Amino acid sequence: MKLKRGLLVALPLGFLAVFYLYPVASILLTGLVEDGSLNLTPFGDVLTSASLRSIAWFTIWQAVASTALTVLAAMPIAYVFARFEFPGKRVLSALLTIPFVMPTVVVGSAFLALLGSQSPVGINLTRTIWIIFAAHVFFNLSVVVRTVGGLWSHLDPRLEEAARTLGATHWQAFRTVTLPMLRPALVAASSIVFLFAFTSFGVILILGGLTYTTLEVEIYRQTVVFGNFGLAAALAVLQLVGVTLILWVYSRYQRDREVGLSLLPSASVARRPASLRQRLVVAGTIGYLGLLVAVPLVVLIVRSFDTGNALGFYRALFETGTGSTAFVSPAEAIGNSLWIAGVATFIALVVGMSAAAVVAYSSGRAARSFDLFLMLPLGTSAVTIGFGMLIALDWPIDLRANVLLIPLAHALVAIPFVVRLSVPVMRSVQPRLREAAAVLGASPARIWREIDLPIAARALAVSAGFAFAISLGEFGATSFIARPDTPTLPIAIFRLLGRPGALNFGRAMAMSTILMAVTATVVLLVDRFRVRDVGEF
Amino acid sequence: MLTVRGLSKRFGPTTALANVDFEVAAGETVSVLGPSGSGKSTLLRVIAGLETPDEGSVLWEGTDITAEPVHARRFGLMFQDYALFPHRNVVGNVGFGLRMTGWSPGDIAKRVDEVLDLVGLAGKADRRINQLSGGEAQRVALARTLAPAPRLIMLDEPLGSLDRSLRERLIVELGEIFERVESTVLYVTHDQEEAFTIADRVAVMRDGALIQAATPEDLWAAPAGVFVSDFLGFSNRFPATAVDGRADLGWTIVAVDVADGPCHVVLRPDALILDEAGDIGVTVAGSIFRGDHYLARAHTGSGAELSISIPTRPHPGEQVRIRIDPAGVLALVE
Repeated sequence: MKLKRGLLVALPLGFLAVFYLYPVASILLTGLVEDGSLNLTPFGDVLTSASLRSIAWFTIWQAVASTALTVLAAMPIAYVFARFEFPGKRVLSALLTIPFVMPTVVVGSAFLALLGSQSPVGINLTRTIWIIFAAHVFFNLSVVVRTVGGLWSHLDPRLEEAARTLGATHWQAFRTVTLPMLRPALVAASSIVFLFAFTSFGVILILGGLTYTTLEVEIYRQTVVFGNFGLAAALAVLQLVGVTLILWVYSRYQRDREVGLSLLPSASVARRPASLRQRLVVAGTIGYLGLLVAVPLVVLIVRSFDTGNALGFYRALFETGTGSTAFVSPAEAIGNSLWIAGVATFIALVVGMSAAAVVAYSSGRAARSFDLFLMLPLGTSAVTIGFGMLIALDWPIDLRANVLLIPLAHALVAIPFVVRLSVPVMRSVQPRLREAAAVLGASPARIWREIDLPIAARALAVSAGFAFAISLGEFGATSFIARPDTPTLPIAIFRLLGRPGALNFGRAMAMSTILMAVTATVVLLVDRFRVRDVGEF
Repeated sequence: MLTVRGLSKRFGPTTALANVDFEVAAGETVSVLGPSGSGKSTLLRVIAGLETPDEGSVLWEGTDITAEPVHARRFGLMFQDYALFPHRNVVGNVGFGLRMTGWSPGDIAKRVDEVLDLVGLAGKADRRINQLSGGEAQRVALARTLAPAPRLIMLDEPLGSLDRSLRERLIVELGEIFERVESTVLYVTHDQEEAFTIADRVAVMRDGALIQAATPEDLWAAPAGVFVSDFLGFSNRFPATAVDGRADLGWTIVAVDVADGPCHVVLRPDALILDEAGDIGVTVAGSIFRGDHYLARAHTGSGAELSISIPTRPHPGEQVRIRIDPAGVLALVE
């Protein structure tokens, strides 16, 4: 028993040490140390360079604005989902998750298709900040709706009613009663959205052109284009500091999230809309949600079909050799993506589930610290992970040239999700259930097989789906470590978008559509396995 | 026959069980009664083998089973929150214990039907657990406990989370079911009516210690102290001093059969009789409607407060005359 437990702890610890801590430490060394002594020159360069300062400034303010816009856009939806019961709610709720799991490259493509130079709605926002904001809102909407709406759906509506009977207007009741109670969820969701916008990479790379550059994109450029590792490392260190600050705020609010609130089961809170006004509000919000979420994806699909030759772009994906030596057929990229996702899922499940088992079945300080440690890769930008692997993993064996590095990086990104999805499910197996089984004659081994395993199996299925989807869409880390001859789907899409001509654009749209379809299918499939009654009050 | 000898269990600074001795004879239904935190549930968990006692032993038919693992004891325990397996349906839950003991699928199906019929759930075999109402979940939990025909059935506040009317109906049904399966039953509750309805004997617990174990009738006739008396709901209790077999309450003098010295005089509900010719006059302060009678709060001339049952609605300030039936007078010495 002791030995087994030791193995469960050692596997994730070892994995994270080699593929996360070591690369991140290498970044610090590259940025701060030269010839064995502290060297702050790259930092000096960063702080004195006007262009780098403006990049840092842009990174921050676009993240603030994106967060504010996302919260504003999400609040009406969160309200309607929390307070009303209406037909199709589950379908809409699933639709809402799709943008979040969409690969950033797909989101970028979709907004190029919708608001680019050939916009079907006649709005050309190419190379403006607005197209970036639109993509960020689209991408992060569900974070706010899920987090804030989740808490909101458990708040006792009678509290607001009490305020109304005491003379408060609708707005006053919301501002003085509901809003303060939602604050922990709002802060938590905002810090997550801020984090995503702050470390936004794929969206900015595709939509920002040369005009708009974030720290992430600059790290990529300094590394891949200019080969300036010292400066890139200094930028990465600054970035890490920023991210750590955000995560610190987040964890503080996460801790006292639901303390002291009177929470009810959500089913007792949501009502069917009664008055005409309520029906209009619900219908309006559903329409608005459809516009926000469905339109970019639908336009992407439409643009993937050639006007003259319906399936032309799709057929072109499978034609090989267009003269360029670095060109790999898109069909090959699809194959790469699939096997890489398979391997990454396997690694993420083995490492993530053993870590989840340790977290779920132990308590105390050590277990909590272990839990926190597992979440670190989640807070580290994909670019940092890719960059770190690139500069670190040439020793003791050179993994950089090894094609297995890509699934390893993807697994690293997926592990925190596997742990987060599995721990609550594993914990939901209440000790009472094991006791009940024991009283009914089940031996300890039988209890594990009859009670723990069937319940954890669902977590396994859901985790596998998410890990697979994450790997399919991963772009940030892959862009550093993918070799020219083994691109994944997102890399191939990015390359196509960088080439001139309508055919390449059309092919990029077709590939994005395929990636979107596969991701959406996987996510919707595993969504059916989620244990819904677990964790409800 | 279950025998429990000198059981003690501590959780940190709290004593959950303090040297508990008692037995349950074959076919007997014993109710463990006590307020929350009195150690009732811990007692069940120790007997089931879910907790290891610090001291003492659990014996079945004279054999010490204290060290036997939970799953080998063949005792049934119905949990207060039912602990139904959420990933199995009604059949899967009820048949679980049978599968563990190696029954054939055919026999399991037959037995499950039989037990579901017994608890009044015939036809609900394929329901999912989260589709059950509170009363149905309670019946499934009971069926799951009964199905393997355990040597001892233990129930931990089985009606605790149900509403009053359902509870009153189910307690009678439970009694009938226990009668039919002729089982040995240990029934934990904090509700004295429940305990009196179902049990052959009632064991009262307080702070981990067993205070009194007796038939409901004996308990009613001679509670072993102030705690038991209060817990049975006897609200007319007066501190007094016994002198030569008599105690002066200030407003009346009653006969007591305790040695001289401080004691508590308890006037059971049947001790206070409404009688126009009665020797005691009281003034009604207020009353509660109880359906077939009113429970009035009244004051004696000397200021003592009494609860009296009155058939018609008494008005505040009204004068009522009562007398005391010596058969309902108890004297308790701590």
